[in-house]
Amino acid sequence: MLSRTADHLFWMARYMERAENTARMLDVNYQTSLLPQSADAAENGWKGLLSISELSHDYAKRYGEVDARKVMDYMVSDERNPSSIYSCLMAARENARAVRGTLTTEVWETQNQTWLEFQRMLRHKTFQKDPGEGFEWVKFRSHLSRGVTVGTMLQDEAFHFLRIGSFLERADNTARMLDVKFHAVESEFFGTGTANGNGKDQEYDFYHWSAILRSVSGFEVYRKAYRNVIRPEKVAELLILRADMPRSLAACMDEVVNNLRQVANEQSSDTLRRAGRLQADLRFGRIDEILATGLHAFLTQFLERVGTLGVGISRDFLVPVAA
Amino acid sequence: MRASFDEMQATSTTVREHYRVYDRWLAQQPGDVMRSRREEAEMIFRRVGITFAVYGAKDEDGSGTERLIPFDLIPRVIPAFEWTEMEAGLRQRVTALNRFIHDVYHGQEIIKAGIVPGDQIFKNAQFRPEMMGVDVPGGVYSHISGIDIVRAANPDGSGSYYVLEDNLRVPSGVSYMLENRKMMMRLFPELFSQHRIAPVAHYPDLLLETLRAVAPAAVNDPTVVVLTPGMYNSAYFEHAFLAQQMGVELVEGQDLFVKDNFVYMRTTQGPKRVDVIYRRVDDDFLDPLAFRPDSTLGCAGLLSVYRAGNVTLSNAIGTGVADDKSIYPYVPKMIEFYLGEKPILNNVPTWQCRNDEDLKYVLAHLGELVVKEVHGAGGYGMLVGPAATKEEIADFRKALEANPAGYIAQPTLSLSTCPTFVDSGIAPRHIDLRPFVLSGKTVQMVPGGLTRVALKEGSLVVNSSQGGGTKDTWMLEA
Repeated sequence: MLSRTADHLFWMARYMERAENTARMLDVNYQTSLLPQSADAAENGWKGLLSISELSHDYAKRYGEVDARKVMDYMVSDERNPSSIYSCLMAARENARAVRGTLTTEVWETQNQTWLEFQRMLRHKTFQKDPGEGFEWVKFRSHLSRGVTVGTMLQDEAFHFLRIGSFLERADNTARMLDVKFHAVESEFFGTGTANGNGKDQEYDFYHWSAILRSVSGFEVYRKAYRNVIRPEKVAELLILRADMPRSLAACMDEVVNNLRQVANEQSSDTLRRAGRLQADLRFGRIDEILATGLHAFLTQFLERVGTLGVGISRDFLVPVAA
Repeated sequence: MRASFDEMQATSTTVREHYRVYDRWLAQQPGDVMRSRREEAEMIFRRVGITFAVYGAKDEDGSGTERLIPFDLIPRVIPAFEWTEMEAGLRQRVTALNRFIHDVYHGQEIIKAGIVPGDQIFKNAQFRPEMMGVDVPGGVYSHISGIDIVRAANPDGSGSYYVLEDNLRVPSGVSYMLENRKMMMRLFPELFSQHRIAPVAHYPDLLLETLRAVAPAAVNDPTVVVLTPGMYNSAYFEHAFLAQQMGVELVEGQDLFVKDNFVYMRTTQGPKRVDVIYRRVDDDFLDPLAFRPDSTLGCAGLLSVYRAGNVTLSNAIGTGVADDKSIYPYVPKMIEFYLGEKPILNNVPTWQCRNDEDLKYVLAHLGELVVKEVHGAGGYGMLVGPAATKEEIADFRKALEANPAGYIAQPTLSLSTCPTFVDSGIAPRHIDLRPFVLSGKTVQMVPGGLTRVALKEGSLVVNSSQGGGTKDTWMLEA
């Protein structure tokens, strides 16, 4: 298939996944903000969200004070923000339009319809009137996009590049979310609640960790997998190492590697090697080891490796990223 | 009063034979059906993304620069015997045009025979000296031809078909022919069981067959691609649609490169050779080394590969020499010269302003004639005498006197009308027809074409860039 076509497919899937993750983060922050909490805690939540996306600086420049409403506008409908849902859905649709002939009619119409409907929702101010409903809609459009892809596309190269895009982006997003949320807790690794059993803190912890889980649809999964109270190290284990948890780093890397193998070419052996190594680290890693070296250090390194992988994929298969 | 011809109404109270069933059906429809079906159609076209790009500002509704081409719900119906004759005429005309282009770039017998003046060809900007002596597969140049046909009223109230224009470079619109049919079948399935309407959906198959048939002779299983200027081109939807329907790659100039006198495309598995390029890019932009050096839409070195016979371009380079308005008046004579046959399809009588006699007549009758720029297209740069103001005519007169050779003139044809669903209800609007003729090993076409309709009352300009719409076109089977 054409390198340019593969490039558009890869980015179409990435942007759709990014839109979903932006919606997830916004949703969780919004839901959390409905709980009784200090103004500081609420503000920290929104600050964390901006820093996950590396947008704190850009936001401050244009909007100044961090404020729930303004951050939501910025992350939903600001077309100058490249990570806003608006920008992601538009980019996903533009990439789809560039290769609409390669997609099935269903996949293309799903992307196009999402974009048209999103514009209608902005006109009707859906995201201001009922943010929760808006975010839910974005998530489901992303589910639909992936489902229609799996349900209608021939499993050829086009399909594999779409899948690589989705899961590389998801790996990146889950890692960022974990990093910031764990960072937000003011202790070495974990909430103070686990250490001293203070009732108030424990409560805070419960909501904090359950928010993280909810943002990756992992709350019910956690209960099912551990049948236990929510403990931070288990949350980390679930989201990093459990290959059966569909949004974990391990699950994402499994998908990336499997799909990369299908499209391997003469010059891609190094990229495949890097991907395989990252997969192996997750498959055979242990959470106590990761925590011992430091979660932040681990996640920072993971993000770097995912970034390198993306550059390698572009170089070997797609339209090379300009240096 | 000027004579008029309506495709459906023979008189204000009687309906033509081939519209009887439709008319009966229409009379049974409740009042708001057409309006709600039209809304449904618009919604579907937008969802499917059947749009054309307009360069410029955003629409108010935020839909950006993509517009829908208005689609009219009332079909244009053509009876079997008319299509049979039209088809034979199209076959004949396109065959002769292809012979002409071959002749222009080889022996130039038609010039030697004194039928077409040499300067009409050599001074034409569309004449490509690079093509002299180049042999193309099968001697076929225009593989995809769009022939614009109108029906005009005769004084006795009957109508006659005329060829208005030949489009032999990159004719577009065929995707609308196919999508309009799909839409009609979706909106009004019952009409299709009540009529015997010839199907058109196999056009992409015929197109692929044609493109494969003109591949370089040495190639066994040719790789065909569609070359588009990109997604911001006004016809991008069509390019993507045809590539998808044929199951071939849709490439842009940046995807192609030339190496060792072959053309390759960049793929995820390395370079892959390309044998046939259905290019939807004008000659000028095909190869920055040979034509416009600033073009980023083409592929450097393409012309040299083409001249060596290692790739086929569809249509060939230099076909524009035959579809120019200055060459148009000679087509009937071409048919006689190359085929020894009488032309089946009429040409519109044309005055060539380059001839003193003709110019004198045209200047004296500007108020009655349609005057067209020889190289104009898309309905621009023309004067419709009866519809023009005194000032417009005076301005045009100056332009014409300054450069007579740049213009031709034709009588103002009373284009036929077809009932059309407009805001005020159902009203007659002027239409034309563009069938698409494919020339490979043989000449083939699907029984159909794109009917364009001028939605403004009284307007004769059907171009989508100037507010025209389209209709489904039904060729009835006998």
